[in-house]
Amino acid sequence: MLKKKIPLIDQHDKHGFWGGKFGGSYIPETLRKPIDDLTIKFEKLRKDKKFLAERDYYYNNWVHNGPTPFIKLNNLTYHLGGAQIYAKVVSAARGGAHKIYGAITAAMLCKRMGKRHLISDTGAGYNGKMFSIAAKHFGLKCTIFMGHKDYLRQKPNVDAMKKNGAEIVQVYTGSQTLVDAVSEVMRFWVANHEKVHLGVGSTVSANIFVKICGWSTAQISRELKKQIIDEFGKIPKKVKLLNCVGGGSSAYGMWSEFMDFDKRQVSFEGVEAGGPQNSKKHAAPLSNNSKIGVLHGAAQMVCQDKFGQISETESISAGLDYPGVSPLHCFLKETGRANYVSQTDEDALNAYKLIRKLENKINPSLEPSHAFARAISIAPKLSKDTVIIVNSCGDALKDKHIIKKRLGKY
Amino acid sequence: MTASLISQAFKKCKEEGRPALLTYTVAGDPTKKISLDILKSISKNIDIIESGMAFSTPIADGGDIQTSAHRAIKAGINLDETFKIVKKFKKIEYSKPVILMGYWNLILQFNENKFIKMCKKSGVSGLIIVDLPHPENKAFSKKCKKNGITFVQLLSPTTSKQRMKQIIKDSHNMIYYISQSSTTGGKLKVSPRKILEEYSKIKKLNNNKNVVIGFGITEKTINSLKKADGLVVGSAICKEITNSIKKRQNTVTNVTKIVKRLKNKIK
Repeated sequence: MLKKKIPLIDQHDKHGFWGGKFGGSYIPETLRKPIDDLTIKFEKLRKDKKFLAERDYYYNNWVHNGPTPFIKLNNLTYHLGGAQIYAKVVSAARGGAHKIYGAITAAMLCKRMGKRHLISDTGAGYNGKMFSIAAKHFGLKCTIFMGHKDYLRQKPNVDAMKKNGAEIVQVYTGSQTLVDAVSEVMRFWVANHEKVHLGVGSTVSANIFVKICGWSTAQISRELKKQIIDEFGKIPKKVKLLNCVGGGSSAYGMWSEFMDFDKRQVSFEGVEAGGPQNSKKHAAPLSNNSKIGVLHGAAQMVCQDKFGQISETESISAGLDYPGVSPLHCFLKETGRANYVSQTDEDALNAYKLIRKLENKINPSLEPSHAFARAISIAPKLSKDTVIIVNSCGDALKDKHIIKKRLGKY
Repeated sequence: MTASLISQAFKKCKEEGRPALLTYTVAGDPTKKISLDILKSISKNIDIIESGMAFSTPIADGGDIQTSAHRAIKAGINLDETFKIVKKFKKIEYSKPVILMGYWNLILQFNENKFIKMCKKSGVSGLIIVDLPHPENKAFSKKCKKNGITFVQLLSPTTSKQRMKQIIKDSHNMIYYISQSSTTGGKLKVSPRKILEEYSKIKKLNNNKNVVIGFGITEKTINSLKKADGLVVGSAICKEITNSIKKRQNTVTNVTKIVKRLKNKIK
């Protein structure tokens, strides 16, 4: 059961499980102490006024001058002729995606842990890019682990990381995507935890990493709540918050302040990556009812075979191309608070095309294009007093090569 | 009960004034048949067998064991087949204890109770689950003990003394000390003297537990650690398998040779 008035990230039991079974800390013994140390430090700092003031300065001013925009997509709304469609343009954040929040927190924690070296994983390259930006600003060394396949397909972000002075370690094992990058960054941390601070790129992995990441991205929700009230004078009667879900960091970030609302008033829909239309592979464990398993230190719904081997996934969007999903989302699905669906590569591309044709204020990357695809498919059937808000959490610049190849132009 | 085979193996080594030699290979690497042939061939030179349950996403393993695990999965290994290999081996070498080592997800999907039943049926003496730490492993560990299977607790250089006491208290007849903060197969960056110092701290807390040291042990380093109750060599052997395949040499022969050399160093 979901509790009211307690942030979802704190609704776990003493072993770190949400709903008694999602999450936990399935970690090698060597990591127990570094994780305990980090947990103690983080729990202390999140109550520390100075730390919070510094965070607020960065989140409110440095990430973007004021909140990231909240805009109505008039042409798309008119075109679809149903619900009103809005976008929370998180991609306007410094660096072009929500990952900047987690990166700033990680850099601040790194310094307060007395360390000078920041490491993280990346899929779409946005997390890596943001870590490289934050590390550069805070004067920290930065190493990013990235699957070889992603390294090739997200070149603009790779270039940005390099420009910011980050070292990129390409990972050649397994499917050479995010799942392998996360494994490898954890291995590196096992061997170098004394000097290195690990910031995980999404609300995945052992309990504390889920919490730190969710605590950071929740900024999106704090801003959005105010912006909705500014726009409508109150929270409207029918609001749908749509967000793509890979690991689930931006979705949690968008939804966290609205947890306590009745779902008939504010509903959540997570959109996972369904992969190519004619492929059996996907990256959508929640909407395909994958079994619960243990991956990267946490129990979660995960794409796996009947023997428990983690499946290879496939998606056009590197940021969603992950076999597992945050324990927070597993819990939200189980409690019925959020609903999860998937859209294919082709759906996302078509949505991108339509949005670029109709709207000039946003340029959503292929990850949020999955959420837009869902919005486009449901909006015509919904009443005009329904408000759909899509988190446009990443900018498409990183996808320019893929889009050019698939749609003929960027 | 098969857990006692582990105690007997350590006892025999103590009488011979040497540490027990434990080797880790991945079941099914490079094929089911060859991995069984390897076990049969090295058996006479080792005291306890550690057999890896290949997992797709092994976060605590370095490159050599990752390669072995992926090779075994590709060659068709799964838990059913792993148990078959153990059973066939135990038919020939009943008194040689076999420990299965791996990650929790495989057991979770197989079903805990069915897994323990299969361990008993095929003759598994002990288990090492890398990502099921104390105290979360208490319930499963108790279940193992009840069924005569040793659940091997892990300790590392980062384990605090207070935590160490708790873990030792809940441990069975064997404890695994991770020599250094690294994944498996990492180059030894801590001096053997320092490792043995840490090892002695564990023994001082309870001298009755058989404590083995693993991670980073190779032909070069094994001799300097022979004061321990037991020593585990894994990555060095997996690497030998990879090299043999590359050079198109006989894997079984090469692995048997390296195990023999390891044994000679600690006699």
